[in-house]
Amino acid sequence: MLPAGAPAEAVHRAVYEVKVREGILYQDHPAFALDRDGNPLYRGLANGDMAGIKNVSDFKVKGARELKADDFIYQIMRLADPQVESPVLSILEKYILGLEEYAKALRADLEEIRAKRRAEAGFSYNQAADEKENPIILDYRKHPFPGVEKIDDRTFRIVLKTKYPQFVYWLAMPFFAPMPGEAAEFYKQGALTDRNITLNRFPVGTGPYMMETFNPNMEIVLARNGNYRHEPYPGAGEEGDAEKGLLRHAGAGLPFIEKIIFKLEKEAIPRWNKFLQGYYDNSGISSESFDQAVSIGSGGRPELTDDMRERGMRLLTSVRPSVYYSGFNMLDEVVGGYSPEKQKLRQAISIVLDYDEFISIFNNGRGIGAMSPLPPGIFGHKEGRDGINPYAYDWDPLRNKPVRKSLDEARKLMAEAGYPGGRTPGGRPLVITFDNSWTGADSTHLINWYIKKFALLGIQLENRTTDYNRFQEKMFRGNFQFFSWGWNADYPDPENFFFLLAGPNGKVKFQGENTANYSNPEFDRLFKRMENMENGPARQEVIDGMVEILRRDAPWVWGYHPVAFSLFHGWVENVKPNAMSNNTMKYIKLDSEKRQAARDEWNRPVIWPVAALIAVIIIGSLPAIITVRRRRGLGRKAR
Amino acid sequence: MLSYIIRRILYAVPIIIGVNVLTALLFFYVNTPDDMARKVLGEKNVTPAAIENWKRDHGYDLPSFVNTEEPGIRKVTETVFFQKSVPLLWFDFGRSDRNNIDIGQEIRTRMWASLAISVPMFMAGVAVNLFLAMMLAYYRATYIDIWGVILAVVLMSVSTLFYIIGGQYILGKLLRLFPISGFDAGLHSVKFLVLPVIIGIMASIGTGVRFYRTVFLEEINKDYVRTARAKGLTEGRVLFKHALKNAMIPVLTNVVVSIPFLFYGSLILETFFAIPGLGSFTIDAIQSQDFAIVRSMVYLGSILYIIGLIMTDISYTLVDPRVRFE
Repeated sequence: MLPAGAPAEAVHRAVYEVKVREGILYQDHPAFALDRDGNPLYRGLANGDMAGIKNVSDFKVKGARELKADDFIYQIMRLADPQVESPVLSILEKYILGLEEYAKALRADLEEIRAKRRAEAGFSYNQAADEKENPIILDYRKHPFPGVEKIDDRTFRIVLKTKYPQFVYWLAMPFFAPMPGEAAEFYKQGALTDRNITLNRFPVGTGPYMMETFNPNMEIVLARNGNYRHEPYPGAGEEGDAEKGLLRHAGAGLPFIEKIIFKLEKEAIPRWNKFLQGYYDNSGISSESFDQAVSIGSGGRPELTDDMRERGMRLLTSVRPSVYYSGFNMLDEVVGGYSPEKQKLRQAISIVLDYDEFISIFNNGRGIGAMSPLPPGIFGHKEGRDGINPYAYDWDPLRNKPVRKSLDEARKLMAEAGYPGGRTPGGRPLVITFDNSWTGADSTHLINWYIKKFALLGIQLENRTTDYNRFQEKMFRGNFQFFSWGWNADYPDPENFFFLLAGPNGKVKFQGENTANYSNPEFDRLFKRMENMENGPARQEVIDGMVEILRRDAPWVWGYHPVAFSLFHGWVENVKPNAMSNNTMKYIKLDSEKRQAARDEWNRPVIWPVAALIAVIIIGSLPAIITVRRRRGLGRKAR
Repeated sequence: MLSYIIRRILYAVPIIIGVNVLTALLFFYVNTPDDMARKVLGEKNVTPAAIENWKRDHGYDLPSFVNTEEPGIRKVTETVFFQKSVPLLWFDFGRSDRNNIDIGQEIRTRMWASLAISVPMFMAGVAVNLFLAMMLAYYRATYIDIWGVILAVVLMSVSTLFYIIGGQYILGKLLRLFPISGFDAGLHSVKFLVLPVIIGIMASIGTGVRFYRTVFLEEINKDYVRTARAKGLTEGRVLFKHALKNAMIPVLTNVVVSIPFLFYGSLILETFFAIPGLGSFTIDAIQSQDFAIVRSMVYLGSILYIIGLIMTDISYTLVDPRVRFE
């Protein structure tokens, strides 16, 4: 055993021992139903057994059982099953001992079964049709997997090949949610898959809610899980939570709401109007509705408009752990490279691309200018004077805020970079290509904004908009100079942002997420050190060094961190923005009587205009009717 | 008639194969299997190995149309086209590339939502259009006719989107007569369907009324109508009994061919009113590059179109005894 904080190089194996709490039950589910002999009741189902069954809830008999360590182990093994197509397998293979070999063994098993089936069926074999009728069930126990180890029914270990402090975040993600083997077996029946009764549509779990209806085209209904363990509402929170009334229900059993209904609304306008009518409890704010809902107060703070306030709404804002940035291809001969001249070229562009203006024009002010890749709330981010990017901003002590450097300074940098007035040494205008996949309604304005900003330096920005597929292809091949992209954090750690600029993650050379193909040995060395450190002053110091390197090299124009605006009706309680956590529904409380009263009051039908319209049509038509009747009558009389 | 129908069905076979080949060619040209894999696997951490595995698991690792590495008939059967498109002939639509759902089951489920909106909209639309057109013909040369035609031209010049957004705003939001959008199962869906049906009818009135009015006016100037009037029949009887019956050929050409497409739903209305029908299913599949669904819906569309044309031909014989199958 090594002491805590031992250097990563000294760590041979990192072992996480997980203890499962006693008495946690799964939801009632047919996968657990047993016959009189104790065997699973619903196995080997044929189409004839499925009369009247369209949904998991249609099965008459259901069962439940206690959560065990085996279920976690099963799920980790399942991540290696090629049929699951886990999006995180390639990452976890780097860390969990033996996962890569285990995944390869399962893949080989799958290929072997497929080859056998193909050989037996002859030329008419159709893999998709065959596996639809007879799903392949791989034997997870056939191959050794040293990465997980069962200690007893309530204890298991995960063995990592190296030190990886961020692994705890992965453990909190759905990829590591326990999976009972019975459920996986239950859903691997052709008669069920034929009816779209599948595991990804009707998951099995131990949480506060369970899937009641899964119709993603219309609605998803979650119902309270009657087997949910006792979990009290927290009695302690962050500073200010008590004042906001967030701790009022401390100790009460969770969850509060019996049923949660998510409705699919594809269009922003009907969604917004139905929120205003009280049919939805909360809403985001689209650009079209922004002015109706929010006004910017004298201090620059967003406030609800009077109309929204009168309706008893609340506005909650939070900076998302994301960064939207523009980047340079560091492998490119013109905009890439690490010489002081190349740095100055990118720094000059960073000055003129005024993202504060961008946020104001295109985002209704919903964002904050980025000074580095790290958003607020992520360890390492610095506010105020210490946090500004000195290559693009100066600190204004009078206004106590950063001020973007002047255009003259940017032009001076351009001259020093060898492009005075945006001209190449040969006297021709410097042309930079801009790759993006913006095809939406606002895209022309967005692109024009970039073109105008580059033009301030005399640079001719050539737009190359393509569809997203071609855009990705260009990124993979390195066939670009300047691009725009974004990143949402997987977990709240600086490593999850800095790795986007680590050399070994270069997109072109290593198919990683470093799209700018930035590679600075000093930065990579510090990154290696930082990623395995615990949060604290030492880590902050390393991060400061990394940020300084990045700001100087400027592989990205740092862009902005978006701010999420959410509106809630007055009858919704215990809401607190949390961009990283997905399990906050259990805390929410509703006053349904207040909601119903508001709906009744806000939605009284107005009938008189319809009656008036009908009357106008009738009265307006009368003269013609009379005239024609007269004409026909005269005609008949004449005959 | 039977031999005619069989002949028409046989004519349809090369059309259907052609549509399938064209769809596959277009889709793979615009959207390669690698693109599809990337789209499904997400934007983060997609390795070339993961892309290859996805293609292998979903049968997109095979050559598109000819597999030169296989012997004999496998040169044809071991291809993406054969594996994916041939089962369509017996309506085995397979599974979605994106979320592995059974497409046939999804079509059977969503079809009812599409029908719930398209059938009343279609039937009421045809009835309203025919009635209004006949009224304009009846009141021809009065201000009702003149203003009716002007209104029809105005109505047909307005985008469907305007009707939808305007209808939702005025009837849903301001007057609060109907829910702005949504859908529910069974009879509960009625309250959600009224507004899209009204809007659908409104959107069709301009074109429909003008077309049918022209048909009726042409009909009421014919000799048999003059004869009917000369015999002393009332104008209403002349119009609704004689002219209507004889105007059915152009009416049927317009109407019957549309009937099979009722299953297909309405792309825009379903999206704006959050109706989980086949229209929004197709739009979603195109946006998410789910070739399996796009292929299935295009195939279904071509079949429905052929059925519509055959039905139109048959309907001619029913309304006009002079039409015979040769």
